[in-house]
Amino acid sequence: MTIYAFLFYIIAAIILASTVIAVTRRNLVHAAISLAVSFFGSAMLFYLLGAPLLAVLEVIVYVGAIMVLFLFVIMMIKSGTKGDSGPSRGHQLGAALLAITYVTAAVMLVRAVGAGGDAALEAAMANPAVFGQYLFQRHWLSIEIASFLLLIALVGVLHLGRDIRHRQTRAGEEDPS
Amino acid sequence: MIVPYSHILLLSALLFVLGMLCAVTRRNLIMVLLGLEIMLNASAVAFVGAALRWQQIEGQAMVIFILAVAAAEVSIGLALIVFAYRRTGSLDPQSIKTLFATERT
Repeated sequence: MTIYAFLFYIIAAIILASTVIAVTRRNLVHAAISLAVSFFGSAMLFYLLGAPLLAVLEVIVYVGAIMVLFLFVIMMIKSGTKGDSGPSRGHQLGAALLAITYVTAAVMLVRAVGAGGDAALEAAMANPAVFGQYLFQRHWLSIEIASFLLLIALVGVLHLGRDIRHRQTRAGEEDPS
Repeated sequence: MIVPYSHILLLSALLFVLGMLCAVTRRNLIMVLLGLEIMLNASAVAFVGAALRWQQIEGQAMVIFILAVAAAEVSIGLALIVFAYRRTGSLDPQSIKTLFATERT
């Protein structure tokens, strides 16, 4: 086992353990923080698999933006320590059946097809500059569509937020009269 | 030499199952959204592994778009959650459904 394989298994164990903690925690703040640890692990995995630019982006976007946004909303809503009532028996049973079926199907598929050979992958590294040039030469239209999607999301969020404030001020005006 | 591609695929499958369990069983809208994030991240791991396996940079380009979709999805989703919470005062999907239904009548 080479040092790369050793690192891969350690990082995989970290990712899986912190994700399990995130999924099972009742406290939403704890769940969000352990999920941030899981995303850090994913960033390390991306670096190991030869994608340094994606590793940096994973830290910036997932850990820096998305998880902080989650924490923001959890603290704004103030139900962080309350958590939720547990799922019903039927839900748990159905979800467990679904998960077992999915995992066995995945294992059987990987065994049967081999998923591109059993040979260990050679370590390689995609140069960020080359990657960026490739992205803007071959996928410029998709990049524009993605930025348009983000713009639409921004407009939608602004609309939702404005609607709430508008409603509240109107209700506040009606109250004294 | 790193591990075979099948091990990366199994890791991403396990992550995807965890996210799916979170999205299906938890009765809190924020946890449902967290489960969706885990699932998107699992697919990104599979794409990066495939990019290394076939020595094609295309897989890494796909992860950029997954990141963009995840960012848009989480912002819209959290705005909707805050909106629903202010209207109904609850985060339980089932009770929000009934509360919106009673508000309309």
